[in-house]
Amino acid sequence: MAVDISTPTPRATAEPARKTLAKKPALKPRRGARSSLALKILMAVTGLLLVGFLYAHMIGNLKIFFGAESFDHYAHWLRTIAEPLLPSGWFLWIMRFGLVVAVVGHIVAATILTRRARKARPVKYVHRPKVQGSYAARTMRWGGVIIVLFVVYHLLDLTTGTLNPAPAGSEPSARVIADFKAEQWYVTLFYVLSIVAVGLHLRHGLFSAVRTLGQRTARGERIARGAALLLSVVLVVGYLSVPFAVLTGLVD
Amino acid sequence: MDIQVRVWRQQGPADKGRMVTYDVKDISPDASFLEMLDVLNEKLILDGDDPVAFDHDCREGICGSCGVMIDGVAHGPERATTACQLHMRHFKDGDTIDVEPWRAAPFPVIKDLVVDRSAFDAIIQAGGYITAPTGTAPDAHATPVPKPDADAAFEAATCIGCGACVAACPNGSSMLFTAAKVAHLNLLPQGQPERDTRVVDMLQAQDDAGFGGCTNMGECTTVCPKGIPLTLIGRLNNDYRRAFGKK
Repeated sequence: MAVDISTPTPRATAEPARKTLAKKPALKPRRGARSSLALKILMAVTGLLLVGFLYAHMIGNLKIFFGAESFDHYAHWLRTIAEPLLPSGWFLWIMRFGLVVAVVGHIVAATILTRRARKARPVKYVHRPKVQGSYAARTMRWGGVIIVLFVVYHLLDLTTGTLNPAPAGSEPSARVIADFKAEQWYVTLFYVLSIVAVGLHLRHGLFSAVRTLGQRTARGERIARGAALLLSVVLVVGYLSVPFAVLTGLVD
Repeated sequence: MDIQVRVWRQQGPADKGRMVTYDVKDISPDASFLEMLDVLNEKLILDGDDPVAFDHDCREGICGSCGVMIDGVAHGPERATTACQLHMRHFKDGDTIDVEPWRAAPFPVIKDLVVDRSAFDAIIQAGGYITAPTGTAPDAHATPVPKPDADAAFEAATCIGCGACVAACPNGSSMLFTAAKVAHLNLLPQGQPERDTRVVDMLQAQDDAGFGGCTNMGECTTVCPKGIPLTLIGRLNNDYRRAFGKK
């Protein structure tokens, strides 16, 4: 019993201080990039990149308030960014590639960390009141799943146009307006719920990212929490203003 | 006061365990929670039953031995209070109180409410020390420490290692414990030589022991009997980044 030779990792035998750990079977040592904190840092950095994208996207969306033409012009401009340095459409594809890498990194790290967390509590409490953390903090994982499903739908809807009611080849503005028509209320509802899910995800995610990257004063924590709330609310309002405007006929 | 307790009974590590209900009568409101368990155990012994096993030592809130989930909250409903310092006056006559052990893979149940917390020792062994010449104690003023640093280090050092943070954490993470132990030494001049290896090694030991990762929810701070602040986790994260920045 005293000596367990079933898991003789070289590190555990070389370092006597960790002998007690080597005794426990089925635990593999993790180094560097796979340590929990390294994965969290990956999530924080990719998360912040994605928030940057969400803000740029929101500002683009708001162009619809300057008229359909202005909005479509902006959408076409996205393909011509960095011309003539890059051929047409290249910048967009580079950005898409970067976003996919960030999303995949974020999800992979989240999945590994979630599995580790589940494994860390194999037996559940019989009596367990709701965790006292905010609703946003408690729903990070399922909220993330909702957001992924929404992004898939969103791309099929407005990027490829596959699920969009507007005829193929329609201008971007026509697609947006077709989406949020009153008779398609379920699309609008799903959109609103997804945006709220994004807002909740960021409300805790932004603070958590800053903390993971080393924010460490009480004053800084108040600022970080306040800023996370403000940035999330602004984002939600910005995104929801578009379906609101279409529904109320402000934009047509 | 008369109460009912539903206690987790588990013969040993291999036993499956279950909640068992007991009536406890004539408890003084001034009794501590552990004294209530003592009264229950005396009755169980007189009845020829196996008493409920629970960890305890100083019973004055400073040793970190005691600690159980009381109605799903580590150390019970009072903030900044260990289970031994929790008094029955915080409960109502006729209450049913659920008592469970800490639940985490690195804290296996030994018997009933007693868990094996040696995973914490492994984290301490990995870096909770300083390199210093032994011999007579140095003069108190030999190493000047700025007052704010001394205060912050002391606040971190008040961690009694009871494990409530892990028990409360939805991820079964020991981040608050590790953060307190790292900050305690990393804030002081005496801790500087191992500052970088300490944070990396102790986090490594935490991962290796099977603790989950932190999601900055703050459940740990809420239940911590010593009120270790959540900001220390940010300090740990910062020290970790600093350690890798140097490599």
